[in-house]
Amino acid sequence: MRITGKLRPVVALTATAALIAGCSGSGDSSDRDGDRKTFIFGASDDPKTLDAAYVSDGESFRAIFQIYETLVALEPGGTEVVPSLATDWTISDDGLAYTFNLKPNVKFHDGEAFNAAAVCFNFDRWYNFKGAQQNGDISYYWQTIFGGFATKDNDSVPETSRYKSCEATNDTTVTLNLAQPSSALLAGLVLPAFSIASPKAITDGGTDVTVQGDSISYSGGFGSTTVAGTGPFKFVSWERGDRLVLEANEEYHEGRPKLDEIIFRPIADATARLQALQAGEIDAYEGVAAADVAAVESAAQVVSRPAFNVGYVGFNNNIPLLKNQKIRQAIAHALNRQGLLDAQYPQGAEVANQFLPPSQWGYNSTITGYEYSEEKAKQLIAESGETNLTLEFWYPANVSRPYMPNPQAVYESFAADLEKVGFTIVPKTVPWTPDYLQNIQSDNLGQLFLLGWSGDYADPDNFVGTFFRENNPQFALNEPNIQGKLNQALAETDQAARQALYEEVNQLLFEYIPGVPFVHNQPLLALAKDVTGYTPSPVSLEYFKLIDLGS
Amino acid sequence: MLRFVFRRLIQLVPILLGLSILLFAWVRALPGGPAQALLGQRATPEAVRDIEVQLGLDRPLWEQYLQFLWRAVRLDFGASLQTGQPVVDEMMRRFPATIELALCALLIAVAIGIPLGYLAARRHGTWVDHVVVSGSLLGVTVPIFFLAYLLKFVFAVQLGWLPTAGRADARARTEHPTGFYVLDGIITGDLGASWDAITHLILPALALASIPLAVIVRMTRASVLNVLNEDYVRTAEAKGLLAGTITRRHVLRNSMLPVTTVIGLQLGVLLAGAVLTETVFAFAGVGKFMADGIVERDFPTIQGFILVIAVIYVVVNMIVDLVYGLLDPRVRVS
Repeated sequence: MRITGKLRPVVALTATAALIAGCSGSGDSSDRDGDRKTFIFGASDDPKTLDAAYVSDGESFRAIFQIYETLVALEPGGTEVVPSLATDWTISDDGLAYTFNLKPNVKFHDGEAFNAAAVCFNFDRWYNFKGAQQNGDISYYWQTIFGGFATKDNDSVPETSRYKSCEATNDTTVTLNLAQPSSALLAGLVLPAFSIASPKAITDGGTDVTVQGDSISYSGGFGSTTVAGTGPFKFVSWERGDRLVLEANEEYHEGRPKLDEIIFRPIADATARLQALQAGEIDAYEGVAAADVAAVESAAQVVSRPAFNVGYVGFNNNIPLLKNQKIRQAIAHALNRQGLLDAQYPQGAEVANQFLPPSQWGYNSTITGYEYSEEKAKQLIAESGETNLTLEFWYPANVSRPYMPNPQAVYESFAADLEKVGFTIVPKTVPWTPDYLQNIQSDNLGQLFLLGWSGDYADPDNFVGTFFRENNPQFALNEPNIQGKLNQALAETDQAARQALYEEVNQLLFEYIPGVPFVHNQPLLALAKDVTGYTPSPVSLEYFKLIDLGS
Repeated sequence: MLRFVFRRLIQLVPILLGLSILLFAWVRALPGGPAQALLGQRATPEAVRDIEVQLGLDRPLWEQYLQFLWRAVRLDFGASLQTGQPVVDEMMRRFPATIELALCALLIAVAIGIPLGYLAARRHGTWVDHVVVSGSLLGVTVPIFFLAYLLKFVFAVQLGWLPTAGRADARARTEHPTGFYVLDGIITGDLGASWDAITHLILPALALASIPLAVIVRMTRASVLNVLNEDYVRTAEAKGLLAGTITRRHVLRNSMLPVTTVIGLQLGVLLAGAVLTETVFAFAGVGKFMADGIVERDFPTIQGFILVIAVIYVVVNMIVDLVYGLLDPRVRVS
């Protein structure tokens, strides 16, 4: 009789175990679903919205890039500007009028016709942004390429706009009139932020940005429930935090894409993305850690993007020690950059000797770089006359950046180099978002810091202009000569003259040393074995219409 | 009983008020504001100031607090800075996922924990006892994320039995009228979808259950050992009651009292654990959203979620007290 009492829990246990074991039969989702070609991308986050004009982050752009198209685009895998919705274009001699001939017979996903009026509708919408729409995070790229708006509602917005008007001459001819020339315009127009959307979808969905109490909300339905572009894939559904589903656009003007369906699945954790790929639940993800390469290669393919970024040790050029030219030179010679790359970076990473990647025109190939030499560094310190050689060195915690997979390792390597020649390094570290940038971007805070930049579009202004054309607080550099040349280069319309100006600026920066660039890295992507046609892009704009599955 | 419930609900008011002040002060004291988080590497002092003015972050703190309180009373927590959607909508969308996961984990913890604890107590001092006790120690000490990676490696990557991420197969096109995926499948008559949801629940629920399971095992074992030594058990055995009757009426009922309290308290552990578990399993619940919110300085989300979770916590504790009363008449009298 006692046995019954004793057995009961055992029975319960067995039953539970059986229940759990019983569940294990299914879950094998790695099989291809019949003939339907579904490509599942493991994203690190949801898009913010699919209203292209309001975003500037990679995850939003990745999805937007498959749904919408721009007037001009980049050749797959490169940085050359090629026709897209515009078949060809002419630029007036004064650089103020850009006339585009548009592709005829193109339709938006909602059935509306794509024409010159639709192009002007989009440009006028952006130009007339008001209030919170003018915030730096919401309309970042408009402000980068065109400057200000019709009205100036925010203190941080530029006074004037380079944009003047848009004229639809006929259905397939459109002219953009500028108030002042901008030689970066065509390179900038390839950005997904300048995607042409269906005017009807924009109007029907609504694009309000409301500021209420503590928060800014995208209260319009355009970009979350109403989405219509001209691209190879159409919006189907979006369950935030779980999946965004797109399907092939049967009427795509370049012909139907090979994939039937794309699913973006947000998986924030990098190890979880790797495991999902290994288990066959996703077909691709971005940001493979150098340590995971072997694990990925055993089950899938690893491809690298062309290096289009720069990692650098930035200086706060406003503090007395770093105002001393000899000290800046000493640091440049003390850092063993090749040694760091050999030990910590995946193959393909190369030592940087200027703030531009080599594949970007404007790169000055006569610059040979700073030689690594302890002796030279020590000698320069002796010549500098400085005695107190203590510097704070900031690096971000818990983050991996395209140009810096492991910031702590970079810090440790460089700090050791600097201590070897006589500096005293005080380590400073905070989490990447949002404390790190705030700490190094305020005056007199970051003395030395690790940071970098990935190119948004293929124009040298996107690199050196971002760093040094305006008063960027991280460098606190006040060199009117360099700033003047950069402004001159942006307004210059003659390509050869521009190139010469940027090469000159790079030489000036190399001599001044506002910071030491140390790497151009190749970010890695993981792809399932049967994925073909994935063409890595230097600026991370990859055409999923080129992808096919199966051999 | 009604008076008891009413009194407990009244007690909720000062608790929530105090909590709202703490919460408000804590969130505002975090270094780096939301404007910096939104702008990232492109922040300029002017752009940061523009956003702070729009968000009212430049106004006096007491004014910000009153604003926050007034809107919170009407369940308006503003819009999430991560998604630009109202926090209440985000909560409604994500709570079912977390509740489903937490219930599943609790079910595993109770269904395995109580029998195991009971077994260990009955076999006190034997190898069974030792295995259970050391096993539960492991359960408490192994970090959830480590266990999660390990479970996924074995059951998903190596064996291919279970999925590693998400709440359902990405390719599946199913309706979700309630947001509880298992239930949705039953409602819409799509049992395959329910099964799919269950397979996606097992690994995260196991990982999440590890700590409550260990705690329940140890508590049950200790409690049963205590009761077994009570005079009334010896008396019952002496007067020749059947073993089953003694177990049911005397041992289990009495030893379950402290266990019930512990189970209620584990809810807090589950919600805290959900933050990690959901992140590692890309499980679109409240915990993951909260974790992302902290990283992104998403003030409205952090405030809204913590307040709601506090209410749930207090209410669950009240329910535990009520259940306690059902199990032990003496509590009801006082």
